[in-house]
Parts: sequence; C-alpha cells; structure tokens
Amino acid sequence: MNEKAITCKGLTKRFGDFVAVDNISFEVNTGEIFGFLGANGAGKTTAMRMLCGLSYPTSGEAAVAGYDVFTKQESIKKNIGYMSQKFSLYENLTVKENIRFYGGIYGLTNGELKEKGEGLINKLGLQGESKKMVGELPLGWKQKLAFSVAIIHQPKIVFLDEPTGGVDPVTRRQFWDLIYEAADSGITVFVTTHYMDEAEYCNRISIMVDGRIDALDTPASLKQRYRAETMDEVFYALARGAKRSAD
Amino acid sequence: MPQQSSDAVILTNITKTYGETTAVKDLSFSVKHGELFGLIGPDGAGKSTIFRILTTLLLADAGVATVDGYDVVKDYREIRKRVGYMPGKFSLYQDLTVEENLHFFATLFGTTVKENYSMIKEIYEQIAPFKTRRAGKLSGGMKQKLALCCALIHRPEVLFLDEPTTGVDAVSRKEFWEMLQRLKQQGITIVVSTPYMDEADLCERIALMQSGSILSIDTPAAIKHAYPDELYAVKSANMHQLLKDIRQYASCYAFGEYLHVSGISENALAGYVKGHTDVIIKKVAPGIEDCFIRLLLKHE
Repeated sequence: MNEKAITCKGLTKRFGDFVAVDNISFEVNTGEIFGFLGANGAGKTTAMRMLCGLSYPTSGEAAVAGYDVFTKQESIKKNIGYMSQKFSLYENLTVKENIRFYGGIYGLTNGELKEKGEGLINKLGLQGESKKMVGELPLGWKQKLAFSVAIIHQPKIVFLDEPTGGVDPVTRRQFWDLIYEAADSGITVFVTTHYMDEAEYCNRISIMVDGRIDALDTPASLKQRYRAETMDEVFYALARGAKRSAD
Repeated sequence: MPQQSSDAVILTNITKTYGETTAVKDLSFSVKHGELFGLIGPDGAGKSTIFRILTTLLLADAGVATVDGYDVVKDYREIRKRVGYMPGKFSLYQDLTVEENLHFFATLFGTTVKENYSMIKEIYEQIAPFKTRRAGKLSGGMKQKLALCCALIHRPEVLFLDEPTTGVDAVSRKEFWEMLQRLKQQGITIVVSTPYMDEADLCERIALMQSGSILSIDTPAAIKHAYPDELYAVKSANMHQLLKDIRQYASCYAFGEYLHVSGISENALAGYVKGHTDVIIKKVAPGIEDCFIRLLLKHE
C-alpha cells in the first residue's frame, strides 16, 4: 500500500535552447501534502503540466498514480484532480450545474452525482446558493467549491496551483482545513503557493530554482539546514540566486 | 483651487455600487503628502474601485474626493496630469517595445524621457538591456518594472499602485518594496494596495479593508498595539489534531509553524493540549494578520 503517488527521475523539458525543467528527480508519498515552491519562472508550471499529462517531457521518466507520463496520459487525467486560482469553475453556470458538469467529466454516474453533489453542498453550507450562478459567489466560497469539485471523484492525487491567491486570511485557513481533510481521506496533495506560511503546512516541500530542484525536505529540516527562523528566509536564501525570471 | 497644506488624498463618504453589489460603502480617509499608504485586504474589499475613483476613471455614486487638492469630478484634467497609476492588470502596449512604451507615455504627458530620467533611472536600468523587446514578450517581473517606469515618467505628485505584487514570488516582492522605499525618499506620495498582510508593515499607515469598508486605519504599530488579548503560539507533533482540539475552546488559527491562540489563559491552554507530545507554548506579539483576523470576525 505504501506505493508512491508520484515518482520522477531526470525529468527534463526543453523549449528550443531553453531548459525549462532541468533534470529533476523526486518522489511524493501517498497521502502526503507536498509543497512545490519556486520563484516566478523557475519551471513549476511546466513541471506540473508534465505531471498532469498535459505535456510530454523531453527526457527522463515519471509516473503519476502509477501511470507513465509518456504512455498513459489519459489514465493520469482520470486519476487526478486539478484546481488553480486562474481556472476553476464556470462563472455562468450555477453551483449545481458546475458540480454536475465536472462530476460528469470525471465519469461519475447519475446516482453518484446526486449523492456526492448533495453531500458537497451540505458540507460547504451552500444549500441556499445551489441555484445561484458561481459568478455571484464571494471569491472564498468559489475557491472552496472549486477544490471540492476537483476531488469529487476521489482522485489519487490533487494538483493545486496557487489555490489561495487573493482570499482573506480566515478563508485562506479554512481552505487549508479542506486540504488536511482531503489528505486524511488518503488523497495526495501537490500544492504551489507564494505564501510562505503555507509552506509550513506541508509535510515536505521542494524549492525550484532555474529549472532545478535545489532543496527538498520537511520544513523543519530545511530551516535547520539554512539556519533560518522561517520558511521565508529559506526561500530567500535559495531563490535570490536565481538567474532567470518569468511568469 | 488646490491648497498645499491639505492632504494629498482625501475621501469623504465615498460610496460606489455596481448593480446590487456595494463595492465601497461610505468610505472616508486621507493620505498625507509624501506618505506611503497601504490599502490591505482580499479580493472584493473595494481596493481597485477606490483607485479608479481617485484616478478619475470611475464616478462615485455619492461622496467627495480630492487628489492633490483637486476634485475628482470637476478637476479631472488637473488630476490626470498629477497622478501616476499602475492598474492591477498589465495595461501597457504589448506590441510596442520597452523603449517605445516609455516614450509614448512621456509624450502623452507633454514631457520627455530625458527630462525626467532621474526619476526612473534606477528601475529602468534593470530593464534597459531589453529596451528593444516588445512589452508583451517580457517576463512578469520586467513587465512590472516597465509599468512602474511608465507611471513615473511624468513625475507625478501621487502614485497609485493597485496590487503590484500579486502573484509575484517572495524575492521579487521584497525587491519591489525596496524600490518603493527609495521612491518615497524622492517625496512622492504613494498609495499601494496588497492582499499580502506581511507587506502592511512596510507602509507608514494602512487601512485594513473588507467588503467595501475599513476595519481599521492607523500605523501598523498602533494597529498591532490595539490587539486586545494575550496571544500564544503553540505547536505539537500533530498540528492538525492540535488545531481541532484547541478550536473547541478558543480562537485558534494556523500561522506557519505554530498555531496562534487567543481568548484564553496560558494555564487553560496548557490544560487543553495535555494529550499532545512535543508541546511548545509561548507568548507572542500579534502581527497585522492576527489583527485582521480579529477585526474580520468582529465585523461579521
């Protein structure tokens, strides 16, 4: 059962002469909350796209939920959930319609859709809002709903790309309650963030600099190694050496 | 007529609604000349609406506002000459080069890059190696620096920066704030908004905002000083369980490595965490984020 949720070895992606992801190797344990940090342009998004089955690596190897990123992209997509701040739900569909739409895409049956959909609405306290357009909901509710929809099919792994950007400090923490709950239920969580306090909530974190993974460990060990009080200082020590910057 | 003695920015009972949504609710505050003032709050707090009203791009439903002594409705032409504005969304011409964008904005304001180069020199030098590159092809950090140069090239009296550091990594954020501190030394008034609570401490005065209202307005030190309770940081081997256990009895929020607990005594707290191992409890000084959470809960 102690199978790895993600394994990757020498994973590389080149765009012409540019090495976006440079020979990265790491493993993520099942049920772990894994923080994937790095400066803008370090290569996080490119790496994440390969792991989600959206882009082929140039070289190296990787498996996600046991499926090979070269040969089993479609199986990967069925076994993961994905949510980002930039793209999550359809604003001009209602709460219920979004649940039905995404649940349908993830292959839930009508019976499962009804049961899971109702459970989700009750859990988030959205009973009064289920027929409202998602665009009318406050951002914090949208984010929580988007996360719950991303794991409605109980995927093996959920990828979260800056999920808490722009929300208030209370909502941000409520969002992490949902992340912990998902991890307790056995879902592996792979998350990126610019909030360094959130790095502390992860079991382990990696920090990417210029396409490479320059550090990977528990927050406590990293702080010890870099003689830092906070993760902010660790990040600064590593990322200020970066030679490139981009989006 | 402008009065030099009055504040750089004054809002009096400003309200703005979009359909049924009230973006800004009966808001009043002022910013002193030469001050670095922060609007701190999440998306939907009303920060961008305030910027758009002050830069004369949007009319308020009610209330009065002045910038550098000029009325935002009556004297909008005067205001547009005197303010620099960097909107939240990148708004330069993507098809023009770095250099062309800069010259375009200088010309628009009836000046030249040469005349005011000292204003932007330090920032522009960082992007000068790419001056023939189209703005659309720049990286996020470089776009941000170019946008700042374009907002400064006419030597504005007041600079409005709407979430300049959103989505920017921790290192670039730090560099950006260092640039702002140096600009401030040139005497320019800066109004900046951010959703990052840790940036509040870098402003001279701040307004904590939520849902179109100001929760608190003062210096960061005074806001922290006004926190009413003792605050404890606590951690144990199992943080998620610890959070659930303490939350039954007291206000408890995750703060990086520790949980922050308020509203109970240290003795009571020690009692509640008895079942845990590797427990550390220490008294801590509240930060702006602690204050924001406290005000948010009170507000709701």
